[in-house]
Amino acid sequence: MSTDTPSATDGEPMTEEELRTQVAELEEKVAALETEVGDDQKKMTIIATKGSFDMAYPPLILASTAAAFGWDVVVFHTFWGLDILHEEKSADLQLSAVGNPNMPMPNSIAALPGMDRMATWMMEKKIDENGTATIEELIDLSLEQGVELQACQMTIELMDYDEDDFRDDVTVGVGAATALQHMAESDIQLLV
Amino acid sequence: MSDEFDITETLDVKGASCPMPVVKTKSAIDELDEDEVLEVVATDSGSMSDIDGWATGTDGVELLEQVEDGDVYKHYVQKTA
Repeated sequence: MSTDTPSATDGEPMTEEELRTQVAELEEKVAALETEVGDDQKKMTIIATKGSFDMAYPPLILASTAAAFGWDVVVFHTFWGLDILHEEKSADLQLSAVGNPNMPMPNSIAALPGMDRMATWMMEKKIDENGTATIEELIDLSLEQGVELQACQMTIELMDYDEDDFRDDVTVGVGAATALQHMAESDIQLLV
Repeated sequence: MSDEFDITETLDVKGASCPMPVVKTKSAIDELDEDEVLEVVATDSGSMSDIDGWATGTDGVELLEQVEDGDVYKHYVQKTA
């Protein structure tokens, strides 16, 4: 009969001492979890993949505003998103006139030489008139507010850029694992 | 202007649009002491919703009042902690 009940000891009620130990262990675990999630510190990670003039704005506007909320913000720039942080290219991001259904011109005209430059110039003028910040101002603002701007190391090499092409306050030497780690800890994750 | 509270500082963000009014408000509030009140003067109509949202989602600040005065939007934010 005893072979049928191999777990007989497991079924026995725990002693008071055992229960106390177990409760203490659980309390410790709960306290640790509370400190982990209980702090009100929100986190946001944005992955910026586009380097056109118009697509540089959303990540920077959201990042600087989130930082104003006191959130911990990381923007991971990869592929053409690197151009937003690239010291030379950042000042010369272009708006694409082709394939943009909101442009008041057919694609056959938009494809003519110089049309991207003209579309960009028109947009810059509107931005200035509207009192909207420039990309450079938004980068400065984001960094001032404590946003961490990261430049993906793999794409720096892929695009034949150099770490020195980026300003000193940009974080280099980071990859997908770093981005994922921040995303896993974040309340909000966006791919732009 | 309101008679119910004393304004410590005024931040002029007239002409600036999103996200500047909120981000500059945050920076200006950082410079204040507890209980002091910041007046923010903006022309961005979106600032009515944005500064309200920011104040609601941010610890240590309270939006006391918002006034629409012609083309100008005035916000009164108190630092509470």
